[in-house]
Amino acid sequence: MTDSLRPRQLRRRELLLSTLAPGVWLLSGCQKEPVAAFNGIDVTGAEYARGFTLTDPDGRVRTLADFKGQAVMLFFGFTQCPDVCPTALARATEIRTLLGADGARLQVIFVTVDPERDAPVVLKAYTQAFDASFLGLYGNVQQTADVAKEFKVYYKKVPTGASYTMDHSAFSYVFSPTGKLRVVLRHEQSAQDCASDIRQILHAA
Amino acid sequence: MKNLSRSIFFILGLAGLATWAQAQVSVQQAWVRASVPQQQATGAFMLITSAKDSRLVGATSSLTPSVEVHEMAMQDNVMRMRQVPAVELPAGKTVALQPGGYHVMLMGLKQPVVAGDTVPLTLSFANHDGTSETVQVRAEVRPLNSSANTSAKPAEHKH
Repeated sequence: MTDSLRPRQLRRRELLLSTLAPGVWLLSGCQKEPVAAFNGIDVTGAEYARGFTLTDPDGRVRTLADFKGQAVMLFFGFTQCPDVCPTALARATEIRTLLGADGARLQVIFVTVDPERDAPVVLKAYTQAFDASFLGLYGNVQQTADVAKEFKVYYKKVPTGASYTMDHSAFSYVFSPTGKLRVVLRHEQSAQDCASDIRQILHAA
Repeated sequence: MKNLSRSIFFILGLAGLATWAQAQVSVQQAWVRASVPQQQATGAFMLITSAKDSRLVGATSSLTPSVEVHEMAMQDNVMRMRQVPAVELPAGKTVALQPGGYHVMLMGLKQPVVAGDTVPLTLSFANHDGTSETVQVRAEVRPLNSSANTSAKPAEHKH
């Protein structure tokens, strides 16, 4: 007797359709962010590193929203670092060159994890030594801790002989022109690989 | 001709002997990264080759009293620098103090180190046979944004 079976069959069909439909809808291309193939770590949709509120060397408060329309590449470091930080910033200048005309749409930001020694005047001279467009940002000890937490950045003051050094994460965080974190670049990735990712981000949607 | 080649051989032999008698650690391409005003520390890099098993055990400079040998290590994408008591120099092997590894840290700078200057360094070595020696080096100061001299990839040249 098909009549008595029909309601159950209908329910099952409804259930099937209701689960398939959203999938079909997604496949039809209604996604907000296009699927990209990055050399770096794709973190599109990440719930962290949503922004920052820090001070620039001229004393102005800057936030991520200030840079809408540009891709932002943000690196955490300190100026007493003779190895990783200069290498990362030198790579950033190379990336900007590789991007050609798109280079003007990349804002490179260097956030110090050592505000006690990296006074604004030092920060400014340091970033300018790499590129006039690079921006150094800092906060007080609490603000530094807050932004590191927001970005899940590890950093630690470690005594060394007569002074101290800072252990710190060596990632570069790249935001889209709409202010969304898209990719995390590793220290050992080449300038070409990084530029390729940033070019994709600049030309997406 | 025979006399000439014999003489050349003799001179080369003497030169070889002379090299043997001198310090058997050679330091090449020593450079210091320039610093900006009020930046308190910077690093020195170089290539060291010791003819016999030895180790770099210290460094001093008239630039600053605070000089240490450091190692940079990346662990899980976290950079860590630590003072090391020595850098091993296996006989005949060129050991590079370069970004990504070891460097000589110059701390407590009272004024910036400017590109184009030279920084005097005295490096101390302890040979495995119990002898020790020092080598005086004049390291050239390169711009702050210099890459390692032993970088693997040449910069891409686009037109």
